[in-house]
Amino acid sequence: MLVWFCRMKQYSLTLSAFLFFVLVVGLSWAGTLSSYIQLVLMFVGVNIMMSSSLNLVNGYMGEFSCGHAGFMAVGAYAASLVTVWCFTAESVFGPNLLPPAWAVVLFPFILLFGGVIAALAGLLVAIPSFRTRGDYLAIITLAVNYIVKSAIENIQPIGGARGFMGMARVVNGMKEVADIPWMMIWTWAFVFLTVLLIKRFVSSTYGKGIIAIREDEIAAEIMGVNTRRAKMVAFMLSSGLAGLAGGLFAHILGYINPGSFGIMKSTEALVMVYLGGMGSLSGSVLSAVLFTLLLEILRPLQLYKWVVVPFILILLMLFRTEGLLGHRELTDVFPILKRIFGSREEVHAAF
Amino acid sequence: MPLFEVRALTHFFGGLRAVSDFNLTFDGGELTGLIGPNGAGKTTVFNLVCGVYHPTHGEVRIDGRSLGRLYPHQVTAMGIARTFQNIRLWPEMTVLDNIRVCHNYKLGYGFLDTIFQTSRYHTAEKGIGRRAREVLEIMGLRDHAEELAKNLPYGLQRKVEIARALILRPKLLLLDEPSAGMNLGEKEALIGLIRWIRKEFNLTIWLIEHEMRVVMNLCERIQVLDFGQTIAEGTPEEIQGNPRVVEAYLGKEVG
Amino acid sequence: MTLSIFIQNVMNALQWGSFYALIALGYSMVYGVLLLINFAHGDIFMVGAYIGFFISTFLLGAYGFQLPWKLSGGLVIFLTFLLTMALTAGVGVAIERVAYRPLRRKGVSRLYLVITALMVGLLLENGNLALLGASRRNFPELIPKVLYSVGGVNFSNTKIIVIIVTLLVFVFLQTVVLKTKWGMAMRAISYDRMAVPLMGVPVDTIIVMTFVLGSSMAAVAGILFAVSYPVLEPYMGALVGWKAFIAAVVGGIGEIRGAIAGGFILGFTEIFVATVFPSTFRDLIAFGVLLLILTLRPNGIFGIARRTKV
Repeated sequence: MLVWFCRMKQYSLTLSAFLFFVLVVGLSWAGTLSSYIQLVLMFVGVNIMMSSSLNLVNGYMGEFSCGHAGFMAVGAYAASLVTVWCFTAESVFGPNLLPPAWAVVLFPFILLFGGVIAALAGLLVAIPSFRTRGDYLAIITLAVNYIVKSAIENIQPIGGARGFMGMARVVNGMKEVADIPWMMIWTWAFVFLTVLLIKRFVSSTYGKGIIAIREDEIAAEIMGVNTRRAKMVAFMLSSGLAGLAGGLFAHILGYINPGSFGIMKSTEALVMVYLGGMGSLSGSVLSAVLFTLLLEILRPLQLYKWVVVPFILILLMLFRTEGLLGHRELTDVFPILKRIFGSREEVHAAF
Repeated sequence: MPLFEVRALTHFFGGLRAVSDFNLTFDGGELTGLIGPNGAGKTTVFNLVCGVYHPTHGEVRIDGRSLGRLYPHQVTAMGIARTFQNIRLWPEMTVLDNIRVCHNYKLGYGFLDTIFQTSRYHTAEKGIGRRAREVLEIMGLRDHAEELAKNLPYGLQRKVEIARALILRPKLLLLDEPSAGMNLGEKEALIGLIRWIRKEFNLTIWLIEHEMRVVMNLCERIQVLDFGQTIAEGTPEEIQGNPRVVEAYLGKEVG
Repeated sequence: MTLSIFIQNVMNALQWGSFYALIALGYSMVYGVLLLINFAHGDIFMVGAYIGFFISTFLLGAYGFQLPWKLSGGLVIFLTFLLTMALTAGVGVAIERVAYRPLRRKGVSRLYLVITALMVGLLLENGNLALLGASRRNFPELIPKVLYSVGGVNFSNTKIIVIIVTLLVFVFLQTVVLKTKWGMAMRAISYDRMAVPLMGVPVDTIIVMTFVLGSSMAAVAGILFAVSYPVLEPYMGALVGWKAFIAAVVGGIGEIRGAIAGGFILGFTEIFVATVFPSTFRDLIAFGVLLLILTLRPNGIFGIARRTKV
């Protein structure tokens, strides 16, 4: 009985995540949720991916990357170009390469492809990080953000500054196969994948190497951590996941333009990381949810929205500097969660 | 073939000759001290051996293999581990994680194993966890495993540093002023500890130390550095009687 | 490219370089003392331009009520600069006092300060937008424009003034930092944060001084910018500010010379890129060049690598 209970505990987090997923998708499908609420829910998902992936570099590794939106842009464009090229007729690429129905199967792989390309773009930041750190690296990320945005603006065949569209047709193609909320499904599937991936990485001895880099890089290198490799992995994983988020973002909206991937977007990601707490994965998730909802709630304020939001954050910094959760996880703040969800180590220790 | 060999090691910082023509050979099992006044270049020698700096001239060999221009983590993997003069634990990590992270030198799995949590990953992580706990047990730190490193008292932090070096299974252990900041009782205990780990792990130990009581008690041989030059070498008794050493520490008598 | 066009471009590059340099100075000085990237600094430049706008319009009597006596043109210019610098410095110091100092006192990670700075910047931009509306303001003609033409090269007096003022500021700051007691204390703090307070240096006063100097230089840049390009809008400081910051880093952050050098490098790159490539490539290539410089010299041109002791 005890054994069974402990086993259940181990899966309760997965189970509740799954229930949430079924609920959201089910309600969207049934039409209970308005399309506006669906859109907000999907943006919540994208923002969770953005904040938790940036937390990997800024929180766990202690670097200051302020150009996360650049990688999002790379992923968004890479994935969108491929889907539009493959599945839509009359695009800049001419007739469709594959039947639009195939998108149903190939879509996640194309998103992953976008992520891989973004991860490669992450090398632009990772390689300079071997020699520089701290504020100089902050500039490099900033410059990379500008470079990506500016480069896209200058490539006319993909729309330049006007943006790129056609993704809406790809999503419609999927809807013709089966009328289910495809984007909701993919978004939240990838959100769970992202969180799982980061969770697994940072709790491994391999991933803890990047925390050691934050705490004392030289000691980490001398005590056997291959800091170059660790940084490269962390940057590429982080930018790759941002790229995935970008691909989803592009297909949720149906069109993208380079203007949406500017410093402002990067700042939003930064805010979410520090709001939730550096090096706290559950903090990043929580803050992404709160921040996205806050922005939506404040929408009626229009002009004043971006006065109120920074003001709240300054107050937060002054009175609760370490963010909502600091370095801790939700389970540390509310021990009851630990009893319900339990951690894997505990389960192992119980036997 | 000697276990460890330093030949004609010379290093410049800009125009300053920090270390010049330093030589040393260990056949294995020695406990040797490196002493000298402040700024004599002792820590620089350690940094050169660990790969933090690359020497201007000369070379360092372990098991007959030259260290060349390897990165510090590669040097560590070849069997040289060290502690630091001013403690450099990772303060916001638990003691156990401090020890575990050092196992990155020999992980036994790759990035993809981490993500898919393959059986290889689980086996390797279990092994690492077990070894980390073993080391903690040996060092008497078991009860502190889950504490954050920064919350430990100074003496225990030094012990964690040694534990961290031990999990690297070094052939050669470098201790940089292990007794710094300790009181008399702690120093006595440290001397015992160093003797014990040397026997237990079959280590060769090379230590920098300011505290003469510790050096003279522990070391079988001592080298004295002054302004980067080796000015004396020998048994503790020989060193104590050496006029050049007295001069380096106290200055020349005038008149 | 004919020689006259070349010289024309050099003049433009010097002018833009001056703007970047003046703003970069503020970034660099604050960084040198506090190790803080004051991301709000670009917006302080914007605030400076707006304050300059209100003061000069007021002094020129464009508002409802007239001053009882008529001010001469020179006096208006002088007063505008003086008052704007003082008020903008006040804004800078106020930000330091309200937002940064409490955090510093807590001894938290610098990154939280950086985020706070980012938020202060957003607050300034959008607060301005909310208060004054989105309509653009036209800066009055504070300095009557005179056009010169020498050997086919056309240039205005404002360009010359911008460049000369920047050089004067450079000499002034270099003297302050190298020759005065305050400057010495500033440099000392950037070398050793722990020891300096123990040596009896009033750190908070030095920090306030730094913000006063940095913000008033941003005010000078703001007025000069507004005189040259007399259209003001709340987001004018954002992009220029980011770029100036990058310039400061390229020059070697914490160094007066570095800020000036970085500013002019950025100015020249931008202007000359635009003569060869379409102007949309300006940012792309400018940032690419800066990235390249940073990759080759990770500490910037004048920056010195701080060795961490092992």
